Amino acid sequence: MSASSPVVEFTDVAKRFGDAPPVLSGITLCAQSNEFISLIGPSGCGKSTLLRLIAGLSPVSGGKLLVGGRPPAQEASDLAFVFQEPTLLPWLTVRRNIEVMLRLRHTPADRRRALADEALSLVRLTSLATHYPRQLSGGQKMRVSIARALTLEPKLLLLDEPFGALDEMTRDHLNEELLAIRERQRWTAFFVTHSVAEAVFLSTRIAVLAANPGHIVHEVPVDLPYPRTPETRLSPAYQTLVAKVSLLLRSVEVSTPHAA
Amino acid sequence: MSRRALSFLLPVLAGAFFIGLWYVVRLQVIAADQRFLLPAPDAILRAMGERAPMLWSATLNTATGALLGFGGAVALSFTLALGLSLSPLVRASFYPYLMVLQLTPVIVLAPILILWVGPGLKSVVIITFLICFFPLVVNTTQGLISTDRNLVDLFRMSRASRLQEIFLLRVPSALPYFFTGLRIAATLAPIGAIVGDAYAGNSGGGQGGLGFLTIIFSAQFQLPALFATAAVSCLLGFVFAGAVVGLSWLALRQWHDSYQRKDL
Ligand SMILES: Nc1ncnc2c1ncn2[C@@H]1O[C@H](COP(=O)(O)OP(=O)(O)O)[C@@H](O)[C@H]1O
Ligand SMILES: [Mg+2]
Repeated sequence: MSASSPVVEFTDVAKRFGDAPPVLSGITLCAQSNEFISLIGPSGCGKSTLLRLIAGLSPVSGGKLLVGGRPPAQEASDLAFVFQEPTLLPWLTVRRNIEVMLRLRHTPADRRRALADEALSLVRLTSLATHYPRQLSGGQKMRVSIARALTLEPKLLLLDEPFGALDEMTRDHLNEELLAIRERQRWTAFFVTHSVAEAVFLSTRIAVLAANPGHIVHEVPVDLPYPRTPETRLSPAYQTLVAKVSLLLRSVEVSTPHAA
Repeated sequence: MSRRALSFLLPVLAGAFFIGLWYVVRLQVIAADQRFLLPAPDAILRAMGERAPMLWSATLNTATGALLGFGGAVALSFTLALGLSLSPLVRASFYPYLMVLQLTPVIVLAPILILWVGPGLKSVVIITFLICFFPLVVNTTQGLISTDRNLVDLFRMSRASRLQEIFLLRVPSALPYFFTGLRIAATLAPIGAIVGDAYAGNSGGGQGGLGFLTIIFSAQFQLPALFATAAVSCLLGFVFAGAVVGLSWLALRQWHDSYQRKDL
């Protein structure tokens, strides 16, 4: 992926499943390198589907989608996916969970170990490396899931409501941690969330989606300087943006006829 | 008293109470001329002692049949489950015939088997196999197709081969289901071998099992010996079930929620 060409480029993309009405339509969106784009919108509007299109887990039905200048492919090696649930293998320890993707990619053992060590320390879980997932809290499991994604040294990170199931304090904390990691690693992120505050805190840009069919109704640039810290949340600029995006989201949710 | 001591003491007390009740019922409730129908526990123990060699060899024969049938069912059901997990179409085409296997009563099957392979161990093994097979194949298949969809996607995104996906992901996540099937089959196996032995066992040359003994003892109206046979059959069942519980503990205790230690 060269610096000049966009990392992800949607041009009038549509997605339908079988004969059902389209889930996504007219999606045009361009992500430059190192952008952090949040997708926010009513549930069922196709946010997860959009991520799955980028990951090549599901084919587009119309329009053009380029990832790193090429059609999406699920075996793209510089892409990592983080799901809403931690999605860990319960029979493996934290360390082995983090290494499992590398193992599948035939990464040599010493390299694997080094990458896992680095990821463990990035998410501050080194002391829990030999624990099993069931021994961890929800926030800790999510950090393992993020660490696993980071070992892949992704250029593109797709996160589907990764902190949706966590309490607000843990979520704030992990948001700060994620940005701290972003300072040290350079990736482009697509981040699905239901939380406006989270979207504003993390993103360089927020895309607000409406449903039936899912389409982007607003794009809001977030001009807050990085690094963002807990103090950022107290700044008027941040709070103005949160209010603005909340209003946009409310107008979308009100105008969207909810599916039964 | 500690919880641990209680959990040991209570079953013993319950057992003592039950045996006491047994004597009371026998001596106070049942008329004297009917008492032979419910032999006293000590009489049963004596019968067991007197016929120990006979019971022991019958138990060995039954255990052999049960173990072979059970083991064969585990191996074959696992292989078949792997195949069935491939597609809903494959499952839809095979399940009705698996049901046929399960629904055919042993009493109908036995004479056919005797004609095909002759009476004896072979027939007993086949009957045990058939009785164990269905719960195993159904549970294992269910486990293999219940893998977390997102995990499958993660594996595909890591370019996992089909074999890696099956053996590193689907099989381990199916283990809890597999052990559920295994527990059911383990309790069915000795029963299957005993019933199979009663219908299609071999009476000649000390090759009979517990099913054969049951027929002999009931024909001779030896009730204490019959009860002793029942007790030995239960013990055999306990050994089978216990072994599977142990195996499942070994395989799952580290990670599965069902073995999560409770905070006391
Ligand atoms: N594999 C699929 N087959 C059919 N319909 C699907 C599939 N995946 C998602 N959908 C439909 O697409 C719509 C959008 O789903 P999703 O992308 O999960 O929404 P969101 O993540 O925004 O809540 C929903 O109506 C859902 O039912
Ligand atoms: Mg979703």
